[in-house]
Amino acid sequence: MADSEGNERSKQTAIINHAADEGDEKSLAEIQKAKNEGKELTKEEKLRLRKEKKQQKKGKKDDKGPTEKAPVKEKTANPPASSQPVTQNAAQKAPSAVSVPVSESTAPTDKSAKSKAELKAERRARQEAERASKQAKKEPGSQAPSSKSKAPPSELQPAVKRLPEHIQVDDPAVVRKLAKKLERQQKSGQGTSLNVSRVKIPLRSDYGYKVSLFSHLHQYSRKAPLTQQISIPATVIHPSIVRLGLQYSQGIVAGSNARSVALLHAFKQVIQDYSTPPNEELARDLVNKLKPYISFLNQCRPLSASMGNAIKYIKKEISNIPSQYKEEEAKKKLLSCVDSYVNEKITLAAKGISKYAIDKISDGDVILVYGCSSLVNHILCEAFEKQRKFRVIVVDSRPRLEGREALRRLVNRGIRCTYVLISAVSYVLPEVSKVFLGAHALLANGYVMSRVGTSQIALVAKAYNVPVLVCCETYKFCERVQTDSFVSNELDDPDDLIVTRKGKTHLADWQSETSLGLLNLVYDVTPPDFVDLVITELGMIPCTSVPVVLRVKNVDQ
Amino acid sequence: MDEGELVEYFRTQMSQDPDVASAVAAIRSLLEFLKRDQSETILGLRENLTKAIGRLQEADSSVAVSSGGELFLRFISLTSLENPDLSQCRNMMIERGELFLKKISLSRGKVAKLCHTFIKDGAKILTHSSSRVVLKVLESAAADKKRFTVYVTESQPDSAGKHMADKLRKLNIPVTIVLDAAVGYIMEKVDMVIVGAEGVVESGGIINKIGTYQMAVCSKAHNKPFYVVAESFKFVRLYPLNQQDVPHRFKYKADTLKTAEDLNQEHPIIDYTPPSLITLLFTDLGVLTPSAVSDELIKLYL
Repeated sequence: MADSEGNERSKQTAIINHAADEGDEKSLAEIQKAKNEGKELTKEEKLRLRKEKKQQKKGKKDDKGPTEKAPVKEKTANPPASSQPVTQNAAQKAPSAVSVPVSESTAPTDKSAKSKAELKAERRARQEAERASKQAKKEPGSQAPSSKSKAPPSELQPAVKRLPEHIQVDDPAVVRKLAKKLERQQKSGQGTSLNVSRVKIPLRSDYGYKVSLFSHLHQYSRKAPLTQQISIPATVIHPSIVRLGLQYSQGIVAGSNARSVALLHAFKQVIQDYSTPPNEELARDLVNKLKPYISFLNQCRPLSASMGNAIKYIKKEISNIPSQYKEEEAKKKLLSCVDSYVNEKITLAAKGISKYAIDKISDGDVILVYGCSSLVNHILCEAFEKQRKFRVIVVDSRPRLEGREALRRLVNRGIRCTYVLISAVSYVLPEVSKVFLGAHALLANGYVMSRVGTSQIALVAKAYNVPVLVCCETYKFCERVQTDSFVSNELDDPDDLIVTRKGKTHLADWQSETSLGLLNLVYDVTPPDFVDLVITELGMIPCTSVPVVLRVKNVDQ
Repeated sequence: MDEGELVEYFRTQMSQDPDVASAVAAIRSLLEFLKRDQSETILGLRENLTKAIGRLQEADSSVAVSSGGELFLRFISLTSLENPDLSQCRNMMIERGELFLKKISLSRGKVAKLCHTFIKDGAKILTHSSSRVVLKVLESAAADKKRFTVYVTESQPDSAGKHMADKLRKLNIPVTIVLDAAVGYIMEKVDMVIVGAEGVVESGGIINKIGTYQMAVCSKAHNKPFYVVAESFKFVRLYPLNQQDVPHRFKYKADTLKTAEDLNQEHPIIDYTPPSLITLLFTDLGVLTPSAVSDELIKLYL
């Protein structure tokens, strides 16, 4: 009974409002009108009438307790659009709870002083009503179908600092907010004079079943290229950015240095093609133009820490353009800024790091590398040119098999290499003298974020007392703090884990298995106790000194 | 002042005042060199100074001389040398050099003041070989009317531990000499280990007389605190990953490096203790954890 009434209430909010505000007379008049018209009352109208009669009955009973009715009615009158059934149900319980004790307080003639018991009952009912309505407000956040028993992040939000959006995928309220933000960004980039139909930046949808521990992250599929899955409005997003996004999403451009350099080149193109609209200032307008591009790129593939730092730098440079600069001058200045950033932070930094790293490579060394880090490959090639005698063991892992690329590059230079998979790492470690690792980012508490498998290798190396050296440019240092790999990570296409051997593909229909989930993590986090040395262009520092470098850098800027 | 004179001066400094740190003596000699230098340009002056530091390192291959020399050079060039008159510049550099020397002469006292409070009444302390800084620390603790006993390792091949024991006996501190091999045996009796350092490296580890590393490993196994006392001019821009990574010029005595045919047959006189085994470092910059050393080094050198 309560449920059906709840459903009806959702359709007839206005009527309730009327009933609440204008009293019984009007509803009676409506009933009269319906009868007079002689039409058969429709089902809806019948229900409506039934409700109104109930209301009237309640109204008579509630003469003694009008105050209790009013707040409850208000709550029922203003429910949020999508969560009405729930709120209605809860609110429904409240008035019924209210009406029960009120009806218990019999003797309608006795309108004078209420007994203590009745007051207590009313107070209790009021408390229950408020509690029920508070619970109703919270329930929409936890009704997400995909999340399991984890505490809903919306509850934590008021107490804790706001979590970034890309790690709250299982909260539908956050996803809706993100979609709205993408819409708004596109609109703001257009300028007030244009009058285009609302085209939004597409929101990429997740694919497949997500393992519960990582359900707060996005998981996209790479089966079909991005342009087939979503429609990208060409007027809003610059074509070089679209191309970049496609390259990211398909994995054509991979590796943090490559991605940052590609991003900066695309931004250079954007700046060149940019023209300030009338009545707008370049400094502010260009920054606003970049926002939808960045959101789009984030949809294609979550931004890396190095890309984040590069974007921060560009935005700062743009906003620091003095207003008296003409457009051509400003653009030239910006282009040269981007060029110098790439040159200083990436190219020259690599040279500086190789200089320090080569000091650490002695003759007769056996060096272990993992995956394909552009910086580590550069160091090894330079050391080989400087006539150091060493050999390399390349460790590789599925599904990316990036080690093959590193192997190709090193062998082409003439360096003696061995190739193993990560499962054999404890077998080869006794003969290794040093481990060189690249990094995706260095966090402020000294943890190293790198390709998944890196922390495994560091752990085993520590157990064998082999020194672990991480090579990382300072532009990859980020202010974030993370102690485990769950909080913030990237989920790659789970279909990559499917392997076909001798014509048989066992996992081809993994989605139909309800108890099976495929997890393809991209990054993991290595604690500083496993890392002996970090080589940056500023010199060799222990892992715990990363915040010092960040502080010094901030002082410089 | 040519290089031979410089080395002579250095040697006389060391012999005149046996209590002085080798780095202080080196810096005094460098200051004297600067005063007598005849070069015409600042760049020439710097070059000469760098060559002089190299020469001193050849004479006495301790880490402290190398670090002290480099810090001296940095300190005096930290001022603005815009003045066109060379003699003015030189006077300014000499002034700063004197200031630096004065500061570091006081550093041992500062370290002793910080450290002696960690020595409790009735403590048993283990130390390694002969260190003047540790001596100063124990001296100030004794002056503070604390009662403690000291175990010193013999520290072969030069039996430096015996000198340390003599000096401690003069201060009326009860001292026992133990064999180098007896460190594991004696570890359960002692409450803490205090050692000096020849050099403090960027990772927060130390370079000290051979035998320090195994003392550190033993103290870690027994959960005893391992304290290091060192002045700040011993901070050096080195980052060894393991024992093999320490450069040869520090591992062997200067004359050994010149005369030996096969270094593998020679025995190193120092070893490297990694930061994971060190509890605290007492320096004139304060009491530091090993990870803070890099912080201080960045402030000093960058």
